[in-house]
Amino acid sequence: MSILVNKDTRVLVQGLTGKTGTFHTEQALAYYGTKMVGGTHPKKGGETWSSGVDGTELPIFTSVAEGKERTGANASVIYVPPAGAAAAIEEAIDAEIPLIVCITEGVPVLDMVRVKAKLEKSKSRLIGPNCPGVLTPEECKIGIMPGSIFSKGSVGIVSRSGTLTYEAVFQTTNEGLGQTTAVGIGGDPVKGTEFIDMLEMFLADEATKSIIMIGEIGGSAEEDAAQFLIDEAKRGRSKPMAGFIAGLTAPKGRTMGHAGAVISGGKGGAEDKIAAMEAAGIRVSKSPARIGRTLAEVLKG
Amino acid sequence: MNIHEHQAKELLKGYGAPVAAGVAIFSADEAEAAAKSLPGPLYVVKSQIHAGGRGKGKFKELGPDAKGGVRLAKTIDDVVAFSKEMLGNTLVTKQTGDAGKQVNRLYIEDGADIARELYCSLLVNRESGRVSFVVSTEGGMDIEAVAEHTPEKIITVDIDPTTGVTEADVATIVSALKLEGDAKADAAKLFPILYKAFTETDMSLLEVNPLIVMTDGHLRVLDAKVSFDNNAAFRHEELKPLRDLSEEDAKEIEASKYDLAYVALDGNIGCMVNGAGLAMSTMDIIKLYGAEPANFLDVGGGASKEKVTAAFKIITADPAVKGILVNIFGGIMRCDVIAEGVIAAVKEVGLQVPLVVRLEGTNVKEGKAILDQSGLNVISADDLDDAAQKIVKAVQG
Repeated sequence: MSILVNKDTRVLVQGLTGKTGTFHTEQALAYYGTKMVGGTHPKKGGETWSSGVDGTELPIFTSVAEGKERTGANASVIYVPPAGAAAAIEEAIDAEIPLIVCITEGVPVLDMVRVKAKLEKSKSRLIGPNCPGVLTPEECKIGIMPGSIFSKGSVGIVSRSGTLTYEAVFQTTNEGLGQTTAVGIGGDPVKGTEFIDMLEMFLADEATKSIIMIGEIGGSAEEDAAQFLIDEAKRGRSKPMAGFIAGLTAPKGRTMGHAGAVISGGKGGAEDKIAAMEAAGIRVSKSPARIGRTLAEVLKG
Repeated sequence: MNIHEHQAKELLKGYGAPVAAGVAIFSADEAEAAAKSLPGPLYVVKSQIHAGGRGKGKFKELGPDAKGGVRLAKTIDDVVAFSKEMLGNTLVTKQTGDAGKQVNRLYIEDGADIARELYCSLLVNRESGRVSFVVSTEGGMDIEAVAEHTPEKIITVDIDPTTGVTEADVATIVSALKLEGDAKADAAKLFPILYKAFTETDMSLLEVNPLIVMTDGHLRVLDAKVSFDNNAAFRHEELKPLRDLSEEDAKEIEASKYDLAYVALDGNIGCMVNGAGLAMSTMDIIKLYGAEPANFLDVGGGASKEKVTAAFKIITADPAVKGILVNIFGGIMRCDVIAEGVIAAVKEVGLQVPLVVRLEGTNVKEGKAILDQSGLNVISADDLDDAAQKIVKAVQG
């Protein structure tokens, strides 16, 4: 089993015809035949996209609604530039796509405030924006994660940081544990999905035997997630977990790049987050190079 | 992007917010004319720098007994004297660090008779995903101390983006700030105005501290701090002239030309990494092994060879850098592109310090081969742990 995506997930690409959309669609098709079913472009409906790698052809539709109608797509991935990304998400919400994954980095935060309000009243789940996507090994790759570092296994991975997701995946592969699903929820301040929803899914997924959670400084999502895990443990639901928090040494009040990782008002510091996670039973690695090893040690007991 | 107080007030005034009359000046010669254009009899001379704590700040050159960065003047002569004393000197506040910031412009403002000082800010609230007003009756002072010691005195009001500021929202804020009479009537206009300015110009922070109730009972924006969301800069050409490059680190300006996320720090190990989380973790692991990073640098997802070259040059241009760690986990970013960029940069500017490179992910074999065949003195590392230990050892000798 897995969460969010599997071999039956049918993916529509918003922004397929651009350079980024094309490259990652080729990669996805090459990854265990992820079911990419088509793309959308407002002016290129009726045309055909073809892979530069193996010549695979995909139909292009004028709208997400039409694409969903014609292909039975149940997920969409967005590679649209920042100025149009929010509108692309809104279009997918209107078309009632169940899973929307927005890879785009640099979406204006007030656009996301608008999207979030719409999302709350919708039937869709949004992952991202500014995220690496979702990958279930040997079944489905949505987004930009390098498929070669994955192996099928038992660890569920959820992370706010893209490249640290890769670290966790790579390290659990090297430990021989493998993954059920890896989800990058994105580092933007306002996003579609927080840790709690993903932890809920991993706790419920039978194939997931342990979980890695990777957070960053800023906000209180890690603290909220820790409280959720404490509450669930009281109900008898828990799984072995390891974690990591990036930004232990980041200076206060400075934004560290696009992650929107900023400490403000004495809240959201790394020490607080690590303490909260440890209180919830997560063993937090001090080094980003030992996340996989830390989980392996937890599992050995 | 941050802007100066006088620019923020000008912008808010355009939306109809009550601000005092004032004039920005760049030299002491302009002080007298500026003061004469104001009603008087009280004037405030305010240093314009991108940092808070100006009132309690001290000028490096003037000694500990001199007045701070915001001064009350009772005559036009005082305005002129203060301007001469403040302009060109270095103001150190608790937000500037020990180096302080040079004061290159002043804002001469009409004085106000203050009855109460309140706090009001607008920001994007991560927890609710909404724009929120944060208000408190405890204005004019260190709001972070208020948050820590008396959190019940800080009230947060989330605004629904589909409705904007409603009458109920205003009523909540008015009650939280204990506003009455004319101030209450002013509030009905002011809070929707602030929200409109915030959303229309894509601000990420608007802080009015203090918002005052004057002795005549009306509200006035006495100070204003504004930051804009850089992600939305593409739709705000009109805001570009407000940028003050003299307030920014030269290396950070250079980095921004190439769309690199760079923050200068105090250590001696230069870092080039892809992804903000991994970049922060790289800083963390350097510190874990007992050294200090010289910078945060995220080359981003799909960097070109040119971008990597520019990043490398920015790092090597920092005289504090005694060693460089390149840490790349390629997803979109291909390791061969990184390797080519590094080599191109080294050929151009030379390599005077140890360089440790850790590559993993997409096209890692090609990347490592390019570095091996370059003949450069590159210390290659197997993983992040190995890389951090090697660069710390190389720098500490």
